[in-house]
Amino acid sequence: MIKKIFFQFIFFNFFFIKEVFGAESGGMPQLNPEFWISQIFWLTLTFGTLYVILSKLILPKISANLELRKSQIQENIEAAEKQRKNSESKLKEYHQIIFKTKLEAKNIFKDARDKAVKDISSKKEVLDNQIDEEIKKAEKEIELLRKGAPEKINQIAIETSSEIVKKLIGADINNSSLSAIVEDLSKRNGGKYYGS
Amino acid sequence: MAANPMTQFEVYRIGPEIKIGNLDISFTNASLFMVISSLAILIIFNLGSKKNSILPNKIQLLGELSYSFVSKMISDTAGSKAKPYFSFIFSLFMFVLFCNMFGMIPYTFTVTSHIIVTFVLAAFIFIGVTIIGFIKHGFGYLKLFVPSGVPIVLLPLIVIIEIISYLSRPVSLSVRLFANMMAGHTMMKVFGGFVISLGIVGGLLPLSFSVALTGLEILVAFLQAYVFAILTCIYLNDALNLHH
Repeated sequence: MIKKIFFQFIFFNFFFIKEVFGAESGGMPQLNPEFWISQIFWLTLTFGTLYVILSKLILPKISANLELRKSQIQENIEAAEKQRKNSESKLKEYHQIIFKTKLEAKNIFKDARDKAVKDISSKKEVLDNQIDEEIKKAEKEIELLRKGAPEKINQIAIETSSEIVKKLIGADINNSSLSAIVEDLSKRNGGKYYGS
Repeated sequence: MAANPMTQFEVYRIGPEIKIGNLDISFTNASLFMVISSLAILIIFNLGSKKNSILPNKIQLLGELSYSFVSKMISDTAGSKAKPYFSFIFSLFMFVLFCNMFGMIPYTFTVTSHIIVTFVLAAFIFIGVTIIGFIKHGFGYLKLFVPSGVPIVLLPLIVIIEIISYLSRPVSLSVRLFANMMAGHTMMKVFGGFVISLGIVGGLLPLSFSVALTGLEILVAFLQAYVFAILTCIYLNDALNLHH
């Protein structure tokens, strides 16, 4: 139903198209020479003015702007390139310096270590010597003491026994006879007491 | 009613009749749009060239891009010898482009849809190019009509064809622009008329077609300006660098 109305609508509309375009007077207005001279005159005037102003005032400015920008950009690029090179060389220098100092530090460290090792070893030697000496001394003393110990003990034994005898029986005894007894005892039992 | 698709091309007087001698040079709607186009070009490019900043703003970018576009077009087709004619080709391209584009606004007048306007431009270019050719090469410019490597038997025929093709340059140049603009605008008007006559329901189809045509016409408006300028460059190239 709607379709039918639609197509009828279109169909009847075509009847009016003739009327719509009926007012056609025929021909193209372009071929009517009435205003040709006027158009030529105004075209020449406007286009001429446009050309003169553009070529004398505006285009040189745009061209100069473009040139200026180009040269400025070029300059900036050159400056940047220069600075890049500069920084590159500086970086190289820096690396070299670091390398050098590293080497130096290594050397210093090595020297110091060597020196320290040398010092330590020499001091150690001295100390070793000293210790050896002390030990020897001590050993000697000990030996001396050890050697002297039985005699002292014998002496103590003699004195003590004379004291004991005196207290027990109230008589003095000849030291020489006591010492002979102690001597005899220590000879017999010396190994037992001193362990030598 | 303005239903006739040709009424949009009618020229009428605006203001009083101005006459110099016998010649009627009244200000018409065509003149109005010539003035508007020129003023628009001047205003836009003046704004675009006023300030010079390293980082261009939008209007400056527009001016500079147009400049380099036309500059590249000329150097590609006519070489570096065509540099002195840059301003002319730039103005020509911009004038035709702006006239075409202003014609795309409804209720405006398309200056370039008139054969007399395009013919005057084309004839000026033709005469100018011919003069430049004769100045640069003297009578050697006539060698343009004698292509090298053509058998003697065919030579008279070829020369006649070359001369005809050379002489038809202004006609083809002017008719191309005029016919394109007129045909496009007529077609848009016809489809616009269909929209009205077919009503709300039936008019949708021609309406959508009209919308699509508008896009196409804007493309054509740019393309024809470009073709006009580039053909001028090619003719100039013939005059500057004689190849034959």
